[in-house]
Amino acid sequence: MSQVQSIVQSVSGRAVPLIGNDIDTDRIIPARFLRCVTFDGLGAQVFADDRSQLSGQHAFDQPQYQGAEILVVNRNFGCGSSREHAPQAIAKWGIKALVGESFAEIFLGNCLAMGIPCVTAASDALQTLQDWIAAHPAAAITLDLEAMQVRFGDSCIPVSMGEGARNMFLGGTWDACGQLVAQGAAIQQTAAKLPYVSWSR
Amino acid sequence: MSKGTLFDKVWDLHKVGTLPSGQTQLFIGLHLIHEVTSPQAFAMLRERGLSVMFPERTVATVDHIVPTENQARPFADAMAEEMMQAIEQNTQTNGITFHDIGSGNQGVVHVIAPEQGLTQPGMTIACGDSHTSTHGAFGAIAFGIGTSQVRDVLASQTLALSKLKVRRVEVNGSLMPGVYAKDVVLHIIRKLGVTGGVGYAYEFAGSTFEQMSMEERMTVCNMAIEGGARCGYINPDQVTFDYLQGRDFAPQADEWEQAVAWWTSLRSDADAEYDGLVVFNAAEIAPTVTWGITPGQGIAVTETVPTPDSLTAEDRELAGEAYKYMDLAPGQPIQGTQIDVCFIGSCTNGRISDLREAAKVAKGRHVVAGIKAFVVPGSERVKQQAEAEGLDKIFEAAGFEWREAGCSMCLAMNPDKLQGRQISASSSNRNFKGRQGSSSGRTLLMSPAMVAAAAVTGKVTDVREML
Ligand code: SF4
Repeated sequence: MSQVQSIVQSVSGRAVPLIGNDIDTDRIIPARFLRCVTFDGLGAQVFADDRSQLSGQHAFDQPQYQGAEILVVNRNFGCGSSREHAPQAIAKWGIKALVGESFAEIFLGNCLAMGIPCVTAASDALQTLQDWIAAHPAAAITLDLEAMQVRFGDSCIPVSMGEGARNMFLGGTWDACGQLVAQGAAIQQTAAKLPYVSWSR
Repeated sequence: MSKGTLFDKVWDLHKVGTLPSGQTQLFIGLHLIHEVTSPQAFAMLRERGLSVMFPERTVATVDHIVPTENQARPFADAMAEEMMQAIEQNTQTNGITFHDIGSGNQGVVHVIAPEQGLTQPGMTIACGDSHTSTHGAFGAIAFGIGTSQVRDVLASQTLALSKLKVRRVEVNGSLMPGVYAKDVVLHIIRKLGVTGGVGYAYEFAGSTFEQMSMEERMTVCNMAIEGGARCGYINPDQVTFDYLQGRDFAPQADEWEQAVAWWTSLRSDADAEYDGLVVFNAAEIAPTVTWGITPGQGIAVTETVPTPDSLTAEDRELAGEAYKYMDLAPGQPIQGTQIDVCFIGSCTNGRISDLREAAKVAKGRHVVAGIKAFVVPGSERVKQQAEAEGLDKIFEAAGFEWREAGCSMCLAMNPDKLQGRQISASSSNRNFKGRQGSSSGRTLLMSPAMVAAAAVTGKVTDVREML
């Protein structure tokens, strides 16, 4: 059984700011692109409708942000459906980490399962960061999960992440599948204690 | 941290252990899958050489891509056909029960599991679909997961999770005639916001929910996720037990008594501790309609679209985006807004009681010329029951189209879509930009009775005037 083990202590790269609250998963990847049996190809379709409406002015189309690896968003990013297609599309476009004021719960869980750290920061700090990136699109920033900060230029802002998730990135255990499967005996024991598991129907 | 709530009890019973990260490994009692979020998960299993640990605890159906007019195979849409074949193969290879089209059991995943008695109190239920919160209506902990987590459940019947906090959302009193469960949940989301529930499970409690039928409770829990709460639940009671008794997968004979005793013991204790409490009065809830681009942007049908100065700074920005997208002006009454399309269906409001309420309004009236109105039963069983009651005839006589079961225009992954800037009155759960199949299409969420009222008047109408 193969198990992907990969420690994520920090992510460094150029960043792209995406301004707006409540950006939902239907906007990240419109439902028509979910008609697929693999996640391949989603990178080209990320934010498809928002991008076509902004005809070239969407951050993901602006030349200065091509090749960016850290996405900086605002409040309640990724709300809506559970579709992993949304973070998959963002990741396939090239994003390796997200910084935002808050993330929807299921979106966050999906990112964790994919090994993409999402950290939160205060809204004014985020605005500072987004403004700085807009002024310095060619500069790399660093998300440091050990120090729990984002560093940019001469500045840095504190960021947060759930303790469990952080441990999984730092310990390289964000891909929980192998760990879960390894508990076969304990799983069977728990199942055996649940009344409904043994009911005849 | 909460203590003594149903959530705490069910969580503890399903806890397999603590992972090195500190997260809980939680056993999943019922895993539901559908065609959109499962094929990639099966592919991941194959890549890792893993098999399905408890195939009997996973149940599959098809709903999102299913056409509601012509269901002949192969589907006209080649991609939809490929997805059908993938779920057929994956369920067959892995020994998973699959409720296919025409089986009499197919339908929206959140409609079929309760109606077959698969959904039961005290279970943990997961599905690659955010509206899994629906099943919380039975006193289950039920939540949506992504595809990598679908893989984890297939491989281990467990998930790595951090425990949620529990907020008690109490609504007391009787609803006025013409006010439905949908209005209650739209009202709650309006008041608590679309992020109010992030990090929480919502326990819906109080006399209003106690008086509700199971189908109404499902409507409420269904939309917990629209308020940011990954799961919502209602403590099981006699209404729950009466609904379940005799259903295909409900316990029987001696086991039934054991089950009722166990389910009763799981109810939140009278002195349970919560991480928060909010209280609403049912008498203050009116038929509610959304005017914007999130389910939190709702107002009473008698109200006007909020003006920027009536909103908090936080809400103002999004409101600006919504006025523009929806082409609605601040201060404009929502009542009277012209409608192009009327959709009755979805896992929020596609059950038999929803269709009955809509049919009451449609009966003896007619859809206004130029409006497309259609009814999509939530499942094959709902369709059959509705036809046995003659509801299909009432709808057809009133000018509604009567369709086959599926998700349909709730998210428009099948041929049912808005065109261009069309505006819909919809009994579904999301009014996000582009949600109903046109990137500029607009959605007004409301109860099924309100949708029927909009269809026969051509505009947003207070259904209370028509009862
Ligand atoms: S009816 Fe709508 S919300 Fe429910 S499962 Fe289908 S697409 Fe999702």
